[in-house]
Amino acid sequence: MPLGYLLRRLTVFLLIVWVAASVNFFIPRLSGADPVRERLLQMAAVGGTGTGTVEEVVKSYQAKFGLDKPLWQQYLFYLADMVRFDFGVSITRFPNSVAGMILDALPWTLVLVTVATLMAFAIGSLFGALVAWPRAPRFVHVLAPPLLTLSAIPYYLLGLILVYFLAFTWRIFPLGGGYKVGTQPSWSWAFIQDAAYHSILPALSIILSGVGFWALSMRGMMVTTQGEDYVTFAEAKGLRPRRIFLRYALRNAILPQTTALALALGHVVSGAVLVEIVFGYPGVGNLLYQAIRTFDYPIIYGVTFMVIVAIGLATLILDLLLPVLDPRITYHRT
Amino acid sequence: MSDTSVRLGKTEVGAVGGRGDGTEVVLDVRDLRVSYVTPRGPIRAVNGVSFALRRGEAFGLVGESGSGKSTIALSLMQLIKPPGRIEGGQALLDGTDILALSEEEMQRVRLAEIALITQGAMNSLNPVMRIREQIIDAWKDHGEPVNGREAEERIHHLLRWVGLQPEVARMYPHELSGGMKQRAVIAIAISLRPKVIIADEPTSALDVVVQRQIMQTLRRIQRDLGAAVILIGHDMGLMAQFVDRLGVMYAGKLVEVSPIREMFRDPIHPYSQLLIASLPSLAKKGQFLGIPGLPPSLLDPPLGCPFHPRCPYAMERCRVEVPALELKRPNRLVACHLYEREEGQA
Amino acid sequence: MTAVPLSLEQAQDRIGRVLRGLRTYPMLSAGLMLILLVLLISLIGPLFVPREGVQVGSAPPDQRPSREYLLGTDTVGRQILAIIIYGTPLTLQIGLIAGAIGLGVGMIFGFVAGYYGGALDHLFRGAADVFLTVPGLLILVVIATTFKGAVSVMTQALVVSALAWMYPTRTIRSQVLSMRERGYVQLAKLSGMSGPEIIVKELMPNLLPYLAASFVSAVSAAILASIGLEALGLGPQNEPTLGMTIYWSLYYTSVLRNLWWWWSPPIVMIVIIFVGLFLISAGLDQVANPRLRRAA
Repeated sequence: MPLGYLLRRLTVFLLIVWVAASVNFFIPRLSGADPVRERLLQMAAVGGTGTGTVEEVVKSYQAKFGLDKPLWQQYLFYLADMVRFDFGVSITRFPNSVAGMILDALPWTLVLVTVATLMAFAIGSLFGALVAWPRAPRFVHVLAPPLLTLSAIPYYLLGLILVYFLAFTWRIFPLGGGYKVGTQPSWSWAFIQDAAYHSILPALSIILSGVGFWALSMRGMMVTTQGEDYVTFAEAKGLRPRRIFLRYALRNAILPQTTALALALGHVVSGAVLVEIVFGYPGVGNLLYQAIRTFDYPIIYGVTFMVIVAIGLATLILDLLLPVLDPRITYHRT
Repeated sequence: MSDTSVRLGKTEVGAVGGRGDGTEVVLDVRDLRVSYVTPRGPIRAVNGVSFALRRGEAFGLVGESGSGKSTIALSLMQLIKPPGRIEGGQALLDGTDILALSEEEMQRVRLAEIALITQGAMNSLNPVMRIREQIIDAWKDHGEPVNGREAEERIHHLLRWVGLQPEVARMYPHELSGGMKQRAVIAIAISLRPKVIIADEPTSALDVVVQRQIMQTLRRIQRDLGAAVILIGHDMGLMAQFVDRLGVMYAGKLVEVSPIREMFRDPIHPYSQLLIASLPSLAKKGQFLGIPGLPPSLLDPPLGCPFHPRCPYAMERCRVEVPALELKRPNRLVACHLYEREEGQA
Repeated sequence: MTAVPLSLEQAQDRIGRVLRGLRTYPMLSAGLMLILLVLLISLIGPLFVPREGVQVGSAPPDQRPSREYLLGTDTVGRQILAIIIYGTPLTLQIGLIAGAIGLGVGMIFGFVAGYYGGALDHLFRGAADVFLTVPGLLILVVIATTFKGAVSVMTQALVVSALAWMYPTRTIRSQVLSMRERGYVQLAKLSGMSGPEIIVKELMPNLLPYLAASFVSAVSAAILASIGLEALGLGPQNEPTLGMTIYWSLYYTSVLRNLWWWWSPPIVMIVIIFVGLFLISAGLDQVANPRLRRAA
């Protein structure tokens, strides 16, 4: 892989990280007020049991961000903190570090989103390719309209419907959570089984409403690909239909689809965050939800930053995989 | 109508040719009809075409775009896609009607017996596969061995045959020049030694010098193989260099089939005459005259001879009666009412 | 065009042409029907259902659907039917405003990037790509929690529009790029038309189906973002938008308490809106790109 390509992709990744960090720094300052400080003062005013703690938080907060320094210095300090994943401490659960809380929640989200997204992508792409293929079995065309309709429903609303029927009414799956109440996360086989069981419904809502989306764009790509000369020539070569479908049509149509996956990740994760809330799933979505309800800003900013970085990383991985799939890429892309 | 055409195919079309008279007919196309179904009615893209091909012969098909040349190529491979449909006719390849074969049977015939070099061959190679894989792919589905020394040697030999270095086998299409890609396509097309090769505008995207080289290569391979070639195109100069006999297509029909020299020296059908006259020759350099008028709509073709609206010699009879492709002079088939049928031949 | 009164035949002819158009594009017409249905509900509904129903305590809590409360009531005594009738137009309004802003910005960026190319292209395309990669909802959360307080429908629309421009930018840019080299654009250039003039007079009319499709998907994306934010509780607190209804039904755990009449009507409306918008945009794609028509 040429160095130039690698450097370009890395630059994009760093750009994403920088945007993520800057959003968190500038948006609050654009509002004129400092929401974190306001929130702290508000808590101090309410007083009650934790007055002493609040003062501690205020002190650590002021020292950390150097609020007496000029803006550009604050910005640089801030960027340095972000790069070291130092998001400060939680306001409502002082002195828990935000990074630690995110680290506890992130694996849940990562596994759920990665598995569900890849499955939706694979099933949807294959399905869409079949829809566009003249020799496809009949059931493909029967299934297409309902799947496309499902794709118009946001993940979490589909999740709500699934919970009502499959968990609440028929009691096939648990109502929510990441694992059985009363157990502690561990690497035991029983726990992993339990966690997988709890993740089926959240994953299903992401997959079901994602399949239609991928199917639709894949169908468009396949229609284009089938008009290509190399498919006609492959037919003239007397290849078996299955080989033409897999190695010529689908193999080429999947390339732009992979680029689309990189672009859709942000959208997918947004949806997954809301799915977690519906299911009370112990990932970053739920952490964010709790933080929003208590206006725990360090957590909101921390989660936003970490999720964006994770997506940037995933995009980077996809970008580095792309040349393996498409030998032309290092020549064509600029 | 179709009865007479089939008889024509046997008695006249099949037995008349240029060089190589008397040799065995390898492909005998009889009354081929192909339509495209559209909401406004069927478009008869190929409307009763018959011709015969001898072993080792190079046969050219020329005509304006939309005259049905490429449709003939695709239908001989049974690769016409809906809304297109082969309505009728036969194509006897060594006596077997390949238009009547099932899809599975036809799949084995493609490449092994009859190969197609597609139009726009620049994009005929799969961009994500190495050349070697694209050669081998075809062998796999034709039950040929693809592993071991022998297969490697075959690939190398094949590439050298078309004038490529053996290293090309490991390359991707985007690493090759246009001419090299075209040679790779030819290598694939001849890899199973087909009896008939159809080349549909094989050099259209290449520059003139490369065009010439490719055509020379194709010619050499054709001789080595003893295969018959159908060359489709609209470049008369290329035809003059390459083919033995030339068929002129107009509105889905063959209007003249003549040995190439006679065609250039003395075209008989008015359309052929205009076509030859429109060529820029050395004497009147740069003057491309073109042919007045527009090709007819195939959706609603004119009655009688399809060419009569543009024909300078059109008579009353031309407006009502479709002329049959008949022997008008020795070795020359023409579909025109202006000429009397040649009797006593063949 | 001057207003010449249509004769009966002319009118019939026109209606006939529209009907034929609808038959040629079944997806487009089905989508238009669905959206029309939603608009009808929100236009005619207020004639029969008084607005008081959306107020807290206007009815006894947790009532099943009955003759008195057609779609039942929620835990704080609001009537679901009234919420749907008065909330749906609010959600549509947010989507339309944000979609229009998104399309407007996207058009400027897309046309400039596609037509002028060079550094501007790199800048706008790069920005669009980076912001497309970033999960929009989270950025909107940061914005919304920062500017918390009394969010109105209008501010909600403005917040959502902050991330509604990327998709239109991308599509329009790539379309302009493919059109820039066509004959009539070259001709216009040679005849001395200025860049903005060419964009407005030559490119825009030819891109109309794409612009329409872009607008529809921008609206759809804006509604999606807006109900997503609202489902997190970050919407107009005092307005009965569809997303806020979802939020409250989640907040009061309506699923676990079997208050199905509370959470299902907003979902049904949202699904109708999304399916309708999706069909319209897919139908417009068919209009713009006949190649897809064949494979449909």
